[in-house]
Amino acid sequence: MQPPAGPAASPGPGPPTGSELLRWQWQEVQVPCLVAAWILVASLAKIVFHLSRKVTSIVPESCLLILLGLGLGGIVLAVAKKAEYQLEPNMFFLFLLPPIVLDSGYFMPSRLFFDNIGAILTYAVVGTLWNSFATGVALWGLHRAGLMDPGVKAGLMDFLLFGSLISAVDPVAVLAVFEEVHVNETLFIIVFGESLLNDAVTVVLYKVFNSFVELGPAHIHATDYVKGVVSFFLVSLGGTAVGLLFAFLLALITRFTKRVRIIEPLFVFLLAYVAYLAAEMVSLSSILAVTFCGICCKKYVEANISQKSRTTVKYTMKTLASSSETIIFMFLGISAVDTSKWAWDTTLVLGTLLFILLFRAVGVVLQTCVLNRFRLIPLDRIDQVVMSYGGLRGAVAFALVILLDGAKVKAKDYFVATTIVVVFFTVIVQGLTIKPLVTWLKVKRSDHHKPTLNEELHEHAFDHILAAVEDIVGHHGYHYWRDKWEQFDKKYLSQLLMRKSAYRLRDEIWDVYYKLNIRDAISFVDQGGHVLSAAKLALPSMPSRTSMSESSVTNLLRESGSGACLDLQVIDTVRSRRDKEDAVMHHVLRGSLYKPRRRYKASYSRHFISPDKQERQDKEIFRQNMKRRLETFKSTKHNVCSSKSKARLKEKGRKKKGISLTSDSPNGKTQRNVPWQEAAPVLVMVSSDEEESNSSETEKEDDEGIVFIARATNEVLQGKKTPGSLDVCPSPCIIPPSPTLAEKELPWKGDQADLAVYVSSETTKIVPVDMQKAWNQSISSLESIASPPGIETGPQHKRFTCPVLEEQPQSASQVTPEQRSCFQFPSHVSKSSRSQSDSSPDGTEQQELQPLMAAEEPNRIVPSTEPRWLIQFNRASHL
Amino acid sequence: MGSRASTLLRDEEIEEIKKETGFSHSQITRLYSRFTSLDKGENGTLSREDFQRIPELAINPLGDRIINAFFPEGEDQVNFRGFMRTLAHFRPIEDNEKSKDQNGPEPLNSRSNKLHFAFRLYDLDKDDKISRDELLQVLRMMVGVNISDEQLGSIADRTIQEADQDGDSAISFAEFVKLRC
Repeated sequence: MQPPAGPAASPGPGPPTGSELLRWQWQEVQVPCLVAAWILVASLAKIVFHLSRKVTSIVPESCLLILLGLGLGGIVLAVAKKAEYQLEPNMFFLFLLPPIVLDSGYFMPSRLFFDNIGAILTYAVVGTLWNSFATGVALWGLHRAGLMDPGVKAGLMDFLLFGSLISAVDPVAVLAVFEEVHVNETLFIIVFGESLLNDAVTVVLYKVFNSFVELGPAHIHATDYVKGVVSFFLVSLGGTAVGLLFAFLLALITRFTKRVRIIEPLFVFLLAYVAYLAAEMVSLSSILAVTFCGICCKKYVEANISQKSRTTVKYTMKTLASSSETIIFMFLGISAVDTSKWAWDTTLVLGTLLFILLFRAVGVVLQTCVLNRFRLIPLDRIDQVVMSYGGLRGAVAFALVILLDGAKVKAKDYFVATTIVVVFFTVIVQGLTIKPLVTWLKVKRSDHHKPTLNEELHEHAFDHILAAVEDIVGHHGYHYWRDKWEQFDKKYLSQLLMRKSAYRLRDEIWDVYYKLNIRDAISFVDQGGHVLSAAKLALPSMPSRTSMSESSVTNLLRESGSGACLDLQVIDTVRSRRDKEDAVMHHVLRGSLYKPRRRYKASYSRHFISPDKQERQDKEIFRQNMKRRLETFKSTKHNVCSSKSKARLKEKGRKKKGISLTSDSPNGKTQRNVPWQEAAPVLVMVSSDEEESNSSETEKEDDEGIVFIARATNEVLQGKKTPGSLDVCPSPCIIPPSPTLAEKELPWKGDQADLAVYVSSETTKIVPVDMQKAWNQSISSLESIASPPGIETGPQHKRFTCPVLEEQPQSASQVTPEQRSCFQFPSHVSKSSRSQSDSSPDGTEQQELQPLMAAEEPNRIVPSTEPRWLIQFNRASHL
Repeated sequence: MGSRASTLLRDEEIEEIKKETGFSHSQITRLYSRFTSLDKGENGTLSREDFQRIPELAINPLGDRIINAFFPEGEDQVNFRGFMRTLAHFRPIEDNEKSKDQNGPEPLNSRSNKLHFAFRLYDLDKDDKISRDELLQVLRMMVGVNISDEQLGSIADRTIQEADQDGDSAISFAEFVKLRC
């Protein structure tokens, strides 16, 4: 699309003389160029609207867009002397509508939706039927009474047809307005669900009446009415079935995209779109198809695709939907300028406005009366008012009315004008006033709270309880079927549609927990570590941790053990072990887990990273972060007594960090955007350095012993399970290189919280005190959350020490070639500094550090040692 | 108190139950027929085995907890009155005004009674606190075997942390109520 811009800028069309350097080819690019231009205009307009918070807080965006459209349309009209552009029904139904519907279906809170499905269906089906017929008949009555302009040549069927298209609540308009209003979820889901599901009714009524009008009243037989009823079921159920079918396919496909992560998101869009087209092709309800496709596939798709794909899907979908919506409203405005299609009749317009408002209110009240008898939480008056008032009409009605055949429907022009007025009225007037109305009526707003574990847990528990009570009472109600469905889903569907790994790990409570942790970690990193301290997470009151104030080795061990149990890490191992798909690879990798990472640091590119690695990496990073926090927390807490333990902990942390570093550092810059990854490197560096220094200098002997154990355990954890490793344990090996390294690196290491014990003056300088504090606090809080009671001491310990050994080699390896040639230190520094600067406010640290590093350079170990180290390490483990 | 399984409910008994639980006449009779059909021993009371015979309950992760909720402490039989009393917790909450009119004891289906019922499902040792272990037990029941003990432990810790306000590493009833607001 864009290329035209280049030539366009060049000189205009010249006489074609021989071969030309540049040629004006507007014709060839006209269409895409116009499309791009319109989208651009609309998007820019959005930016402008949002420059002023005041305006957008009062006026819904949809209103502004319509007004903008009117303005633009006026300009075009003035310039071109004719209305050039307008909302083409084909374009609308084929391109603009699907993204919006898919977005709303995919992100539909399915629990809420199905909990209220009864009410939604009632309003969508009964309500829409009632609205269409009542409006149509009432308008026809007006016509018969002679109140309308005689130019309106329409019979009952025409009015019913008009009623059917004008009475359907429009999903686009509802979404646009209600998204800004923030009414409570139940209210929202009912209005919005209705607007989506009434599509089937609208489509059927529209088609049936349209055919009736075309046939002429004389040729309609009783069978046609029956056909109409049948076709309703066909269209709605058929549309739903198509949606379910494609949801199934989609879920199935994403199950096998493990090696082509990059195109995962594409499938979501493609299949949903194909579902839409397929339904459209056989004239089923395409909106229903996409809605249900989105609702149903989400659970499985989300479980199957990678985290990144999930984000991609989310943003792409939102972008598409939002730009579609923008264009729709803008073109609605532009289309309205085209007066050639207008034929104004005041009675018709006012009558329609009155009737749709009136009948909707009546319909809502009547239906709610009935529904409330069955609803556990009845809809009260205020809800009903909002529901009545929130029945916005929109582009669907407009597109449908444009689609009418002017030759058959004589009053088309009148209908068009009326529809435009109705749409404008509902979107602008109602859209403007609904917010004040909601405030005035004190409608329960939705509270945007984050999901908490308690909520999830208790919700589950309550579901089970309710299902059980229904069983006891012998009443097969909603919860009974819900329970049945979930069991079916668990037994068959999920197994079929989810990756084994995903299926195994699938647990909603766990998911919430995981998400919470991730979010904490992200915010922690984003805000330089201050968030968590601000969060109200209490300091660990857990017995295992608080009681540890002694410095005995066992205690330390136990403590670190508890840290090691850290959920994530454990999960990781457990998961991988369980994961049969990866089992083999896993074993292989376990021994040399870090090598592959290093490799990709060397040749970093998104495409090189195999999906699994990426996934695991993410997990691991997360794990590392959590561990690190634990460690730091511990160390801070037990400063005095547990210097050793700290060292160990740090080592562990460092090892992990090291891993993450290797993988991340290469991309460091590219990946900056990803807060997650950022965090890992930062943390790692610091901890590892400190660790090294500590172990090497202060506590060599102690460390050795400790290291020993740790290593053994570590290896065990890693799956090597070689007891011998303990003996070999590299404490001796490590020591030789470490002193130099440590010396050099010491200053850096100081950053971490524990420094108090060993901290040299340099270290303290480097790390701002308050940073440390914040850091520690956050860590401790996190830790308390994450760490299980100190059940397992062993594994963690092991991990700690191991990392140290590995770390050094890795750090060396991390250094870029040039750096290597000079010294490791600088590279280290630069990395650490980089990471620090990313995560923490003090970028100045780097500069301070630099001099130190330079001085120490000569001592640095040459990268070549790295392989050796690795080998040793491996050997040790094997032994 | 118990009515004979073989006989129909007496009217005064229905009246009493109505007053106590708020169920309507037809609901009571319907539930009574269910009660008798569950009562294989035909002795007017239900035992745990009677409940456990319900196939769906066997696969309900919290089934046993709920069954236990029907039995007063230390007893292993429940008569129809007790049965209804427990079920009354699950009646929809009525308008506040009505319940205030009664002036009597709080109706069984009040919000706090409902919450208390749920709370008791967690609180096995009846110390008015959900301890970590108690929470873990429930968690263990509700999650698959896929989640390791450590993971569960960390979930439990975090859950308690979220709810815990007084720092006792347990969820008291007051804290529990606040959660659900």
